[in-house]
Amino acid sequence: MTRTTAAPGGAGRRDGKLRIGFMPLVDCAPLVVARDLGFAAEEGLELDLVPETSWANIRDRIVLGHFDAAHMLAPMPIAARLGLGHVRAPVIAPFVLDQGGNSIAVTPSLWREGGDWGDFGDPIASGRALARIVAERARTGREQPTFASVHPFSCHHQQLRHWMAAAGVDPDRDVRLTVVPPPHMVAVMEAGEVDGVCVGAPWTSRAVDAGIGHIVLPTAVLWPSVPEKVLGVHEDFAERRRDELDALLRALDRAAAWSEAPENRAALADLLARDGIVGVPAPIVARSLTGRLEVERGGATVSVPGFLRFHGEGASGPINRPRPTDGLWLAAQMLRWRQTEDAAAAFAAAREAFSSDHWTRAIGRPSRDDDTVATFEGPLFHGGDPEKWLRSEGRGGLRRA
Amino acid sequence: MAATSLTILVIDENPTRATILEDGLRDAGFVDVVRLDTTHELLKRIFEIDPDVILIDLASPSRDVLEQMFQVSRTVKRPVAMFVDQSDTAMIELAVDAGVSAYIVDGLRKERVKSILDMTVSRFNAFDRLTRELQQARDELAERKLIERAKGILMKSKGISEEEAYGMLRRTAMNEKMKLADIARSVVTAAQLLG
Repeated sequence: MTRTTAAPGGAGRRDGKLRIGFMPLVDCAPLVVARDLGFAAEEGLELDLVPETSWANIRDRIVLGHFDAAHMLAPMPIAARLGLGHVRAPVIAPFVLDQGGNSIAVTPSLWREGGDWGDFGDPIASGRALARIVAERARTGREQPTFASVHPFSCHHQQLRHWMAAAGVDPDRDVRLTVVPPPHMVAVMEAGEVDGVCVGAPWTSRAVDAGIGHIVLPTAVLWPSVPEKVLGVHEDFAERRRDELDALLRALDRAAAWSEAPENRAALADLLARDGIVGVPAPIVARSLTGRLEVERGGATVSVPGFLRFHGEGASGPINRPRPTDGLWLAAQMLRWRQTEDAAAAFAAAREAFSSDHWTRAIGRPSRDDDTVATFEGPLFHGGDPEKWLRSEGRGGLRRA
Repeated sequence: MAATSLTILVIDENPTRATILEDGLRDAGFVDVVRLDTTHELLKRIFEIDPDVILIDLASPSRDVLEQMFQVSRTVKRPVAMFVDQSDTAMIELAVDAGVSAYIVDGLRKERVKSILDMTVSRFNAFDRLTRELQQARDELAERKLIERAKGILMKSKGISEEEAYGMLRRTAMNEKMKLADIARSVVTAAQLLG
């Protein structure tokens, strides 16, 4: 591990060489495509992509300036700005890498226990199945089911909670929530340590192939328009090396457009399948790119439109444009579940982290402006009044009837 | 609280490095050191161990599991917090450079944490040095064996003495501006091909 400088953003360095951390997930695609198909080189950049083993490492290396930019969980820049569980650091999300891509999967035994889960992708019927399991286990004095996500400050974690709460399942009381790193997911499901998971592509498909997971719900159904991963950078880097940041955003914009195009999916699956990137066979990677998921081993294939989006127009404007409203939505989830208490600070951090300014300056495509987030249930979320949604959904727990 | 009453948990999938660190901590008077080299039911086991300090190898994906502990103080008796003070950045930096991270129970005095972390960083660095030296020693041994084999091949095929065979390899290496071991490797490969 050698470094030339301790200052975040590599003080004084402006050579177009960017060191970027990523996790082995399908949604690192825009970074890999930008490097390997020449989009970065055309912008005068040389990308050094460094695989990481944990989101905690990614955050630490952004905070310490070891990485100039990184593939990051969308709620993470907000948590970093608030100093939740770590030193406070001004991290921003100047580009959204994707929307969707996660799925909730359960073990075959929980699937049987739930009985009728409704039609595939029905968030209400599947939530009710979970509610029945929880009630029955409580009645018979059995242990609550355990569900795993990938990090406390992840959409996965928030989506699990939202899905459960909508069915009247209290995620703090009726189930146990834990974190399992994706590479361990198959092993813990097999060992019966967790009953369900919410994880990004390609890891649920991996569990399906191993015969130990049954996909219940693609989270694109829950949150059709919320950023999933973002490009995370330190504010110091964004200020000192603005030209390179802009060049990177332009390269990522083109790489994301290439990744989204249906005719490039097979080639993209091959690019991502390589060892050192995702390291999972191309046919499994391809399922998440096409949204054609196998829900259980040897079972039916279902088609999920908009399962994973890299580019283009989404439900609330350009997919890659960060919007303060999206940041506010993520902060509202953190407040709802008491990951943080100070609403004013959380909303301020969210607005700063998800400012559209960098995207508008570097890419600046004319686009629709909208300040709402629509999800599978509950009132429409308005960026202008995030407290209203919180009051209605119930802060710190379930909605009070 | 005496130094000896602190429970330190070491999570490292490399057993040799974990032993080196454990020995160091014990020598420094920390007798209550627990090692976990598996990720099986990690949160549950941490709850049982109830550590004051957790030291974890940066290559372990289980760091994200530990971060969950800040959120579920119900599960773990005492919430564990990473350095949350801005003045801790230098300490984190040293640890990350050495390839290790630490999680500390809230309220533990900083000087005490520092001595543990200093020890961890120096042992991780020492292990890294050791690994590199060991690799170098292995490479050298492998090269020596290769040269011995090449000498044997030359002696047999040309009917020359060991000294002459060695001189021949050396002269060729100098003329070709290559390493002696590389010339030896070519001789061995050629002998295998022409065998």
